Amino acid sequence: MINLELVFPEIFLSLSIMFLLILGVFKKDSSNLIQKISLIVLLITSVITLNETLGIKETFLFNESVIIDYLSSFMKIITLLAAFLVLVISSNYLKTFKIFKIEYPILILSSVLGMMVMISSNDLIVFYMGLELQSLALYVLATFNRDQLKSSEAGLKYFVLSALSSGLLLYGCSLIYGFTGSTNFNIIAEQLNSNEYAITFGIVFILVGIAFKISAVPFHMWAPDVYEGSPTSVTLFFSIVPKIAALTVFIRFLYVPFLNLIDQWQMILIFLSIASMLFGAIAAIGQTNLKRLIAYSSIGHIGYTLAGLATGSNDGIQSSVIYITIYIFMNLGLFSCLLMMKRNNKYFEDIEDLSGLSKNHPLLSLSLLVILFSLAGIPPLAGFFAKFYIFKSVLEQSMYFLAIVGLLSTVIAAFYYLRIIKIMYFDKEKDKYDTDHSLWLKFSLTFSTILILMYFIFPSQLIKVISKINII
Amino acid sequence: MNFPILSFLILLPFIGALFIFFTRSNKENNITVKYVALFTSLVNFFLSIYLWVLFDQSTSEFQFVEDRIWIEGFINYKVGVDGISILFIILTTFITPLCIISVNNSIKNRIGEFLIAVLIMESFMIGVFCSLDLVVFYLFFEAGLIPMFLIIGIWGGARRVYSAFKFFLFTLLGSVLMLVAIISIYWISGTTDFVKLYELGIDSKYQNLLWLAFFSSFAVKTPMWPVHTWLPDAHVEAPTAGSVLLAAILLKMAGYGFIRFSLGLFPIASEVFTPLVYTLSVIAIIFTSLIALMQDDMKKLIAYSSVAHMGFVTLGIFTIQQQGLEGSILQMISHGLVAAALFLCVGVVYDRMHSRLINTYGGIVNIIPKYSVLFMLFTLAALGLPGTSGFVGEFLILMGAFKDNFLVAVIASLGVIIGAAYMLWLYKRVVFGKLVNSDLKQMVDLNKSELFILSCLALPILFFGFYPEPLINTIEVSISDLIKIYNINLINN
Repeated sequence: MINLELVFPEIFLSLSIMFLLILGVFKKDSSNLIQKISLIVLLITSVITLNETLGIKETFLFNESVIIDYLSSFMKIITLLAAFLVLVISSNYLKTFKIFKIEYPILILSSVLGMMVMISSNDLIVFYMGLELQSLALYVLATFNRDQLKSSEAGLKYFVLSALSSGLLLYGCSLIYGFTGSTNFNIIAEQLNSNEYAITFGIVFILVGIAFKISAVPFHMWAPDVYEGSPTSVTLFFSIVPKIAALTVFIRFLYVPFLNLIDQWQMILIFLSIASMLFGAIAAIGQTNLKRLIAYSSIGHIGYTLAGLATGSNDGIQSSVIYITIYIFMNLGLFSCLLMMKRNNKYFEDIEDLSGLSKNHPLLSLSLLVILFSLAGIPPLAGFFAKFYIFKSVLEQSMYFLAIVGLLSTVIAAFYYLRIIKIMYFDKEKDKYDTDHSLWLKFSLTFSTILILMYFIFPSQLIKVISKINII
Repeated sequence: MNFPILSFLILLPFIGALFIFFTRSNKENNITVKYVALFTSLVNFFLSIYLWVLFDQSTSEFQFVEDRIWIEGFINYKVGVDGISILFIILTTFITPLCIISVNNSIKNRIGEFLIAVLIMESFMIGVFCSLDLVVFYLFFEAGLIPMFLIIGIWGGARRVYSAFKFFLFTLLGSVLMLVAIISIYWISGTTDFVKLYELGIDSKYQNLLWLAFFSSFAVKTPMWPVHTWLPDAHVEAPTAGSVLLAAILLKMAGYGFIRFSLGLFPIASEVFTPLVYTLSVIAIIFTSLIALMQDDMKKLIAYSSVAHMGFVTLGIFTIQQQGLEGSILQMISHGLVAAALFLCVGVVYDRMHSRLINTYGGIVNIIPKYSVLFMLFTLAALGLPGTSGFVGEFLILMGAFKDNFLVAVIASLGVIIGAAYMLWLYKRVVFGKLVNSDLKQMVDLNKSELFILSCLALPILFFGFYPEPLINTIEVSISDLIKIYNINLINN
């Protein structure tokens, strides 16, 4: 007997999407209404997820192709809340560009649905389905400001490269299916014969596909262009929400069917991690556009998350989840600042535009200061603890090389974060920015800043929640 | 459960800073802001003196210990003081109010924010000296970078950006290796509480690497030759109060770290690397003293002299003799007072003439006599004249060094002579001689607040020069027990 309650969040979300689509078609000028309903839908879905699935034991549904456990429920809730915050702070930006349309919230909802399917997947086919659902929505979102050349370019680039990576991923899936006879993670784990090189090939291809989605080096090329070209609110969405889902799949894929092949994939992960950390730190130094810089910085941060995954231990997984959770809040704050840099209906996104911000907007620049130091990993801010847990789990496995390279790249990365702070605090001021921001924007900035600043007082709480994640 | 006096010491400046943050600062309010900051730091000072009074000098146990669960099953928030750390805490709380008073003369814009940075800095520094857990120590140690970076970068001189970046990145690079070592210690020994680690000891096969990782951090912070280059830059560009904090307290964190961690946790490695430290210290003493001779910028000269003085400190620490270690701590305290005073002296003339170059000045003895007298006192203290606190420290260090290694001690003693040369030459060129510049005639002598600050520094320098007993009594038992544990661990492994 299938327990449908456990997939009720997904069912509710898909029904809401259909309802909203119909509503949008039949009711004129309903973008405001649809935005509001979508927000409520996201909240309700997360409450349902919290109520129905968070407490329960590991359960498989639909011939074991869907898994509901603590990891999936936790990641779903994080995804939903992050999507909620993204949606709520982006409305002013969209209105300025006159792209505040009904499609925007609906696309975000459907990509969130795709992510939820991904997070729960225990089968290659289900995983692929979720991945494509979220990607298709993301392609459209990237081109959402279609009158701008850059936005269309970003969408097209993303589409072409993403299709390529999906192709590789599917090829990997087919190899694994061919040599184990199943697409189900549990059955693959049973059928696994480590002598088959083809399986290693399959793993590598799938890893490439997922690495592309989370923009790990050397599959990161799309990220800076897409981040820069997309509307800022969409960039914000790109930089946090899909990463949560992709990370979950990464964890599930490596640790459920292929844990025994850890020798085969650990080196790949270490390489991805080191390359991302170093490349993200070095390439960001020369950037002048803030969105591009954030793209490189997010590449670097993904490197740290992967370092946690590379350990092959439960501690490592937990530290990665902690990292991504803290990272979400840091990025949310960073983008809130970016969305506040507005003057006469024009948004500014060059680093130089921050010049002397501390004199005109002391509070805004103070928040940005806190967020940037936290991203650089300076104690006592939350970003330090995120890195601290990662290195703790890395060193537990005696992977000294990885830890030292990681820490050295934090020093390199500190340089470009400091450069932004320098421009804000040490340089001459420019004209003032508007201060009539929406309440939600102010809220999300204050909220994330305070969370980052005060995290060190109660660091145990987050760990307590996350330490229930048990994959191995 | 007693009153958590140490946590209160750490928290109070924070609360003061919050208070200032919420006081909307306009022109009139600057006074209020200053008073709030001054009041906070003074309360902290008296509280730390009270702590010293309560402090039991007959034991080397950690006192006023607070132990709270912080990250469950992993790290405890544990603070406490022993004879070594209490003096540094008092030094910190003593210097900070003086910095805040000096703000009147040197800082012109964004005073509120400056005071916030100074107070937060004070919190972190007190935290460094009283934390009893490696991770908590690291947290405070690193966190201090943020306010100092801003102090140099916002209120600094012309090349402030370069200096601030250099300061930040140098120290961060040193410290990340220490973080690796701290986490490794956790996995090796199962705890980061170093009171427990003193008892457990650390497996000898890891000690050398761990020692080097800690050394990389402390050597940059001390700073030792050849990684001292950030210090002159940072000092020259920092505002006066920033230089004072940097010289008086920030550099002491490394010396403190050497005593606490390098000697306390890794005796075997310390024994192995003592020649390295000796060599670097002697090079620092001789080489940077010679560099100091050639400087034409007063702040740079004092910065290099700081490097030389810290060379004495590291030399004294690694003699691992009672005298050497006591001398190092006295030297650090004395250098904290003297270097602070010298930077303030430079600040005084800089505020009037806006030049730090030595050749701008000359023959000012008749124009500003009070200043000249005090400046002379500090110059003499810096070169270690008997009767000033500088002498006691240097003398004890050299005594310890002679016991341990004759050659090193002889070379280091030569450094004392060069030290006298550059300090006296500096004084002669600035204060005596013909009046080189007619603008100098318009200089006014010390105003009340400057006179007050400098006398506050002059008093302990003279007092402890003649009567170092209270300091030595405080540290004696802790030091001798440290050496005892050191030797026991050395034999056991």
